[in-house]
Amino acid sequence: MRTEPITDASGRQTPVARTWHWGRWLAAAVALAVAARLAYLIVANPNLDWGKVAEYVFHERILSGVWVTIEISVLATALGLILGVLVAIMRLAHNPVLSGLATFYIWFFRGTPVLVQLIFWYNLAFLFPEMVLKVPFTMIGVKWDTNQVMTGFTSAMLGLGLNLAAYFAETVRAGIQAVDNGQTEAAYALGMTPAKRMRVIVLPQALRIIIPPTGNEFISMLKTTSLVYVVAGHDLMTNASQIYKANNRIMELLIVASLWYMLMTAVATFLQGRLERRFGSEAVRLVRGGGLAARILPKAAA
Amino acid sequence: MNAPGEQPDKQVVRASGVRMSYGEVQVLNGVDLTVAAGEVSCVIGPSGSGKSTFLRCINGLEPVLGGSLRVLDQEVGHTLRGGRYHPWTPKEFAAFRRNIGMVFQRFNLFAHHSALENVACGPVHVLGTPADRARVLAMEHLERVGLADHAHKRPHQLSGGQQQRVAIARALAMNPALMLFDEPTSALDPELVDEVLEVMKGLAAEGMTMVVVTHEIAFAREVGDWLTFFADGVVVERGRPRELLANPSHERTRAFLSSVLHPKERQESQ
Ligand SMILES: Nc1ncnc2c1ncn2[C@@H]1O[C@H](COP(=O)(O)OP(=O)(O)OP(=O)(O)O)[C@@H](O)[C@H]1O
Ligand SMILES: [Mg+2]
Repeated sequence: MRTEPITDASGRQTPVARTWHWGRWLAAAVALAVAARLAYLIVANPNLDWGKVAEYVFHERILSGVWVTIEISVLATALGLILGVLVAIMRLAHNPVLSGLATFYIWFFRGTPVLVQLIFWYNLAFLFPEMVLKVPFTMIGVKWDTNQVMTGFTSAMLGLGLNLAAYFAETVRAGIQAVDNGQTEAAYALGMTPAKRMRVIVLPQALRIIIPPTGNEFISMLKTTSLVYVVAGHDLMTNASQIYKANNRIMELLIVASLWYMLMTAVATFLQGRLERRFGSEAVRLVRGGGLAARILPKAAA
Repeated sequence: MNAPGEQPDKQVVRASGVRMSYGEVQVLNGVDLTVAAGEVSCVIGPSGSGKSTFLRCINGLEPVLGGSLRVLDQEVGHTLRGGRYHPWTPKEFAAFRRNIGMVFQRFNLFAHHSALENVACGPVHVLGTPADRARVLAMEHLERVGLADHAHKRPHQLSGGQQQRVAIARALAMNPALMLFDEPTSALDPELVDEVLEVMKGLAAEGMTMVVVTHEIAFAREVGDWLTFFADGVVVERGRPRELLANPSHERTRAFLSSVLHPKERQESQ
C-alpha cells in the first residue's frame, strides 16, 4: 500500500488516504472467537486431566514408541522407495510377463486396504507355519518359525513398505517417462547398455519428478504407522493404547500421542522443505553422492 | 572382430539392399551405399525419405530387416557363428556402438550434466577411464570445439550452436572410427550454423570417416567426398558432389536440388 504522497507536475504533494479493510477485521475476529471458544472447551474441560498429559508425555513407553514409529516409518519408506523403483522398471520393461506382473502388483496392493495387509502379514503363520529357504535338490537351507519372524514390527514394515511401493511405482514411472527419449538415444549411441542408461542417465533426471512427492509419502507414513497398533508393533500408538487400556485415560493419551505425531510431522516437513529447495534449483545434486559429478568435480560439488 | 573366413574390409560401411520398415510402412527399400575409411559421405534427400532411419541402422539404433549392412567389419546386429548369424545381445550392441559417434539434430545433451560431464560421461561410464584422466581428456575435447570456457555450464545455459559442439566433443571423446551426423545444423539459428560446420570441417580435414545427413549444400560441395541423393528409401544416385550438383542424372534429383538451391541462390545473387 502506498504511503508516499503523490507529487504532481507542479511539485504539489497530496497525501494518500489509508484504506480500512473492515471485512478482513471482521472475518478475523469471528474466526478467532470460534477458535478460542473451542480451545477453551478442551483446555478447561473438567473431565480432562492435563497433569496426566504432562506425566505421560515423556513416559518411557511413549518415548520408546516414538522411536519405534520413526524406525518403522524410515524402514518402510526405504523399502517402499527401493521396491517402487524396481516395480516401475519392471512395469516399463519390454518383457510382457515382467510388466504384467508389475501391473498386477500395483493393482493388488492399491486395491486392498493397508489395514487388511497388515493383519495378513501378522498372521502369515496360519498359512505357512514355517519359512524355509533352501537350495533346490539339496539339503542345504535355513528354516524359521514364521511367528517369530512376523512380529508386529516386521509385519508393519512389510505391510506398509509393500503398499507404498505400489503407489510409489506409479510416481517413478511418470518420472521415467517424463525424461526425453533423446537422452536414451544419446546414451545408447555412446555405447551404454540399457541398465547403465537407466542408472546413469534416466533415473537421475527422473528424480526431479520423483523426489518432491517422497517427502509427502514419508510424512503420511509417520501417521499411517498408527495402524500398526492392530498388530501390536510397539509403536507410539500401540504403546499409548496399551497405557490407556490399563488406566482408562483415553483422551489424555491420545493427546500425548498427537503431540508427538505433530512434532514428528513438523520436523519431517522442515526436512522436506530443504530437500525440495535443493531439488528445485539444482535438480540432481542428490545423485552426486555416487554420481559422475562427484567423482569428476569434487571441488565444485563441495 | 572377424569371423573366420571373412575378409577385413577397407569399406567402413557397406550397405547392400538394406531394408527396414516401421510395422507396415516400408521406410528403406534396398539401400546400397559404401563409405571408405577417411571419406566424408554426405546424404541429402526429401523429408521422410529414410535418411535418419538409415543412419540409425548404421549404429544399430534401428534393426535392419533385410539385405546386409556391414559396419566396421561386422554385420550390424548379428554375429556369424557355426554357419548361422546370431542376433546380438544388448551388451554386444553397446560394445559395437562405442566405436561409432552420433550427433543428433536436437543435440540430446544429458540435461543433468555440465558440458564437461557430458563429454567425460562416455569414457567414465562406458570405457571405464579413471575420472581424473577423463576430465583432462574432456577438457581437451572441449578446447578443440572452442568451448573450454563453458565447461561448467549446463546444456540449457548454452546456445544451440554451443550445445551441438559439445555433442560433437562428447562423441569424439569415445575415439570413434566413424561419425554419424543427422542434420546437425537443422535446429540452429542461421547465424549459429557456421560454428558447427567449422568444427565438422576440421574433423574431415583430420581424416575422420563421416556420414553426414544435411541440407547444407555448400558444406556438401566443399567438404564431401561423395554426395548421395536419397528418395523413397533408396539411393537414387551417388557421385562426386560438384558433378552431382552441377549435373544430376535423375529427374528426381534435379527437382529436389532446384527446390533446395534456388531460394538460396536467389539470395546470393542479390
Ligand atoms: N518411430 C517411427 N515410427 C513409425 N514411423 C516412423 C518412425 N520414425 C520415422 N518414421 C517414418 O519413416 C519415414 C522415414 O523417416 P526418416 O526420419 O528416416 O526420414 P528423413 O529422411 O530423416 O526425414 P527428415 O528429413 O524429415 O528428417 C517417414 O515416413 C517417417 O514418417
Ligand atoms: Mg531425419
